[in-house]
Amino acid sequence: MSIASERPTTIFRRPAAETGFWSWVTTVDHKRIGIMYGYTAFAFFLIGGTEAILIRLHLFKANSTLLTAAEYNSLFTTHALTMIFLVVMPMAAAFVNYLLPLLIGARDVAFPRMNALSYWIFLFGGIFLYSVIFFADVTPPTGVQGVPGNIDPSEQTTFGALPDGGWFMYQPNAGGDFTPGKALDFAALGIQILGLASLIASVNFIVTIFNLRAKGMKLLRMPVFVWMSLIVAFLLLFSLPIIAIALFMVTLDRQFGTMFFDVPAGGDVVLWQHLFWLFGHPEVYVLILPAMGIVSELIPVFSRKPLFGYAAIVFAGAGIAFLGFGVWAHHMFASAITPVAQAAFALSTMAIAVPTGVKIFNWLGTMWLGKIKFATPMLFAIGFVTMFIIGGLSGVTHAVVPSDWQQTDTYYIVGHFHYVLFGGAIFGLFGGLYYWFPKLTGRMMSERLGKAHFWIWMVGFNLTFAPMHWLGLQGMVRRTWQYAPETGLQPWNQAATVGSLIIVVGVLVFMYNWMVSKRRGKPAGMDPWDARTLEWSIPNPTPVHNFSRPPEVHALDAFWHMKYGEDEEGRPVRRPEADVLVAELDHIGTNPPEPVHLPNPSYFPIVAAAGLPTIAYGIVFHVSALGKGLILLGILITLTGLIGWATEPLEETHEAAVHV
Amino acid sequence: MMRAMASRPLRRLLRAAPLLLLGACSLIGIDGPMTSLEPQGPFSEQINDLFWPVFWTAVVVFVLVEGAIVAASFLFRDRPGRKEPKQVHGNTKLEVIWTAIPVIILASIAVPTVRGIFDLTECGSGAMPVEIYGHQWWFEYRYPENGAITGNVLVIPAGREVCATMTSEDVIHNYWVPALNGKRYLVPGHTTYLRLQADEPGEYWGQCGEFCGLSHSLMRARVVALPEAEFQSWLAKQLEPAAEPDEGSEAAAGLALFQQKGCIQCHTARPWNTVANQNFNGPDLTHLMERDVIAGAAFDNTPEDLKNWLANPPLEKPGSYMPNLGLTEQEIDSIIAWLETLK
Repeated sequence: MSIASERPTTIFRRPAAETGFWSWVTTVDHKRIGIMYGYTAFAFFLIGGTEAILIRLHLFKANSTLLTAAEYNSLFTTHALTMIFLVVMPMAAAFVNYLLPLLIGARDVAFPRMNALSYWIFLFGGIFLYSVIFFADVTPPTGVQGVPGNIDPSEQTTFGALPDGGWFMYQPNAGGDFTPGKALDFAALGIQILGLASLIASVNFIVTIFNLRAKGMKLLRMPVFVWMSLIVAFLLLFSLPIIAIALFMVTLDRQFGTMFFDVPAGGDVVLWQHLFWLFGHPEVYVLILPAMGIVSELIPVFSRKPLFGYAAIVFAGAGIAFLGFGVWAHHMFASAITPVAQAAFALSTMAIAVPTGVKIFNWLGTMWLGKIKFATPMLFAIGFVTMFIIGGLSGVTHAVVPSDWQQTDTYYIVGHFHYVLFGGAIFGLFGGLYYWFPKLTGRMMSERLGKAHFWIWMVGFNLTFAPMHWLGLQGMVRRTWQYAPETGLQPWNQAATVGSLIIVVGVLVFMYNWMVSKRRGKPAGMDPWDARTLEWSIPNPTPVHNFSRPPEVHALDAFWHMKYGEDEEGRPVRRPEADVLVAELDHIGTNPPEPVHLPNPSYFPIVAAAGLPTIAYGIVFHVSALGKGLILLGILITLTGLIGWATEPLEETHEAAVHV
Repeated sequence: MMRAMASRPLRRLLRAAPLLLLGACSLIGIDGPMTSLEPQGPFSEQINDLFWPVFWTAVVVFVLVEGAIVAASFLFRDRPGRKEPKQVHGNTKLEVIWTAIPVIILASIAVPTVRGIFDLTECGSGAMPVEIYGHQWWFEYRYPENGAITGNVLVIPAGREVCATMTSEDVIHNYWVPALNGKRYLVPGHTTYLRLQADEPGEYWGQCGEFCGLSHSLMRARVVALPEAEFQSWLAKQLEPAAEPDEGSEAAAGLALFQQKGCIQCHTARPWNTVANQNFNGPDLTHLMERDVIAGAAFDNTPEDLKNWLANPPLEKPGSYMPNLGLTEQEIDSIIAWLETLK
C-alpha cells in the first residue's frame, strides 16, 4: 500500500483513504474494481431476474391480464437489456478485471484509472437507463398519417413506461413515430454510455495483455481465460463502434428528425437490422467467450490434466471471433434479403459450428482419462458444457434457412439462446464465482450448498427452457403478451413458469451461501484446488500488491509445474519441495521483501464519468433550457475530470513504502 | 380446425420417434392450430422434410457427445486408489477427426438447405397473386385479379399455389401461417414474397411474428382454403355491395350511427362509402359476416365479442387506432344489428 503524497501536485489533495466508502470511490485497484463490477452486475441480475419472473408468471395463463401489454413489452425489453448489458457483460468484466493481472503475473492493468473510469461509466449508464422510470409514460403510436393510436387509462402504469421497443429496437417501430415518449431515448443513450465503458475496458485489457505479461509468458503460455479475454476485447473494439454509430442515428432520428430510418422520407429500415446485428452477433460471442475461458480453466484443474488441445481451443476461440463478424444476417433470414445472401449466411453460420465443436471435444478430451473431482465449480463447468451443446445443436437448426423460417421469432429461439446464455454463459460465470471465491475472501464456499444450487438450477433451468423449444414449434411467437387458449400452449408455459421459480430458489441458496461463507467459510489456505495458474501462487485473499516478486514463467500452467514433475509414464508427481515452496510463496506474498509501487487512488475517473449521464439527460430534454444547460454542464464535468486526470501523476511518490 | 392428413408413412415414422423423445410433450398440448409440425401444404411440407433429418442428426450428435460426457464423469471420477492421470496435452489425429466430422455433417446439411432456399423463394408460374399489407395490428388482403379487398381472413383456393406480394405501410410485421409455410417479414419500403398453398379446404391459423408495437400479440391471421368453385364465387361476391337495411329497423339505426360517429372515415362499407382501404384505415366491412374473426383475427366474430370490442377498442387491443367512441349500450346493439346484415 502506498502512502499519499504530503504535497499535492494538483489543485486537489490526492485521496488517501485505504478503507471505507471513499477508498472504494477513488480506488484504481483492479481487484476492487472487479469486485464492484461483480456486485453491481449481481444487483442487476436480481433486477433482470425479477423481470423474467414477472414475465413467466404472466404467461402462466392463456389470455393473461396479470400484466398490461405495455408492461409486458417493457419487461421483455428491459430483461434483455439488463441481462446482456448490465449482467453478463459486466460480470465477465468483473472476472477479467480481478483475474487478468493475476493470471499474467502483473500488479495491475495497464491503465488503472481508465479501469476505474470504465466501471463508473458502466454504473452511471445502468442507473441512467433505469432512471427512465421517473421520466417516461406510456404513449400510443402516432401512426403513419398522424392519426394516433389510443391508450386506455388502465395501460398507464409505472412499469409500462420502461423502454418497450425490444432490445433490438427494430426501426421504424422503435422510432419516434411508433414509439414516441422518452423511454427508448433512455435505452438508446444508456446503451451508448454502457458501450463506451466496454470500449475503454477493452482497450485497457488489450494493452495489459500485450505489455504486462510476466517474464517468460509467451502468448501461447497464457491461460485460456486470458486468451478469451483478449479475443473478447478485440470483438468489442470492432463491434461497439458499429452500434455506437447506429444508436447515434436512432437518437438523431428521434430527437432531431434526421430520418435515417424514416421510410416515407427515403430512409431504410433493413439498414438498421444490418447495423444492429453486425454488432449484435459478435456481441453473442462477447457474452459466451469469457465463460468458455472460465470453463477452460476449471476443467483441467478438477480433472488433474492439462487442457486437451490448448492451441486448438485458443485458435478455435479466435476462429469463432472472426467468423462471428460474418454471420449477422442469420438473424434476418425472414427479412428482406435475397436468397443468395440467405445461402451465404447459412453457410457461414454452419461454419461457425466447427470451431465451437472443437472446443467441446477438447473439454471432453480433458476430462477423458482424468481423475475428476466433482467440486461445485466443476459441476457448473460440466453443466455449462452439457447445456451449451444443446444450445449449439439447436443453433445449427437455425442455419437451415427454410427450417428457420418456421422457427425464427418463436419461443424455439428463446429456448435456444437461453441454453447458450444461461445454460452457457451464466453457468460458466457462476462456476467461476465458486472457484475464485477463496481468492476474494480467503475462505471456501459451502460445497453442500453449492451442489444444492447446481442441481436446483439444472432442474429449474431445463424445466424452464426445454419446453420453450416445443412451444416455438407449436407456434408460440416471441414477445407475445397473450396467447390464445385454443393453441394448447398453456401446459408447457406453466411448466416453464414453475421451472423459473425453481431457478429463484437456486439464486437464494447461492446468496445465502455467499454471505455466510464470506464470514464463516472454511479458511482456504493458499491453494485450495491444487490449481495450475499463477493467481494461486499468491496468498488468499489476494494482497493489495498482487505479487511481491514478479513471477517467472517457463511453461503453460506455470504454478502447476512449480509443484509437480512427471514420472516416466507421464503421471504427475508432487515435488518434494512443493509444500515448502507454497509456504514460502504464502509468506512472501503477504510480506513483500522490498517496497512495491502502486498507482494512487484518484477522484477523477468518477468525475469524468459523471458528466456522461448528465449529457445524456440533456439530450433527452434538449428542447427545454434545462436540457441545454445539462448538456453544457455534463461537458464541463467530464472536461474537469479529464483535465484533473491529465495533470495528476499516476504514482504520487516513488518512495512510498509498503505497509501490510 | 381441419386435420386432413394425406397418408405419408415415412413422415409419420419420422414423427413418431421424436415424439417419444419429447415424451410428455406428446401427451399435453400437441399440435394446436398454430403448430409448425403438421404441414398442410407443399411448402411447409418441404420445410418439415428438411427439419426432421437435421433434428435427427442433432439428436444423434447430442446422444453421442452428452453420452461421452456422462461416461467420462462416471468412468474417470476420483475414487480411492485411482492413479494420477497421464498429463496428455492433445492428440493431433483426434483433433483432425473431430474437426472433420462436423464439417462433413454440416456440408451434407448445407446442400439441401441451399436448394430449399431457392425452391421456396421463387413463386410458381401458375400461382394466384394476392397482396398482403401489414397494418398495426391487422393484415389486409387484396386480390389484383379482380380488385377485391378484404382483411383479417385470407381466402384462397385449396390445392392451388398463392403467391403473396407483401409490404407494410407502418412498421415491420411478419406473416406466418405455420401449416402453410414459414414466415416472412412485411417491411415498409420493401417488397417480399411468400408462397402459400393448402392442399385441402380448411381453416388455418396465423400470427404476426415480428414485434410490431403494443398489440403485437393480438395481430393474428386466418387463412380459409375453399374448393376452387366456391373460391371463385366468393371472389366474385367480394365486389358486390352490401344490402341496404330496412327502413326503421334497428339495423338502419346502426348504419346511421356508423355514418355519424366517424366509423365511416376509416372503414369501407360499400355502397355507403367507396374509399379504398389504405394505410392506417381499418378493415373493409362490406362482407364482415363472412369472416369468423374480427380486429386482427384476435377475437371471434360473435355478438358478444363485437360488443366488447365496440365498447372500448383500446382496452381490448392496447394502442388501437380505433378509439373509444363512448357508445352507449343501445348504440352498440344497433351497430351490431347493422353489422350482422353485412353478409
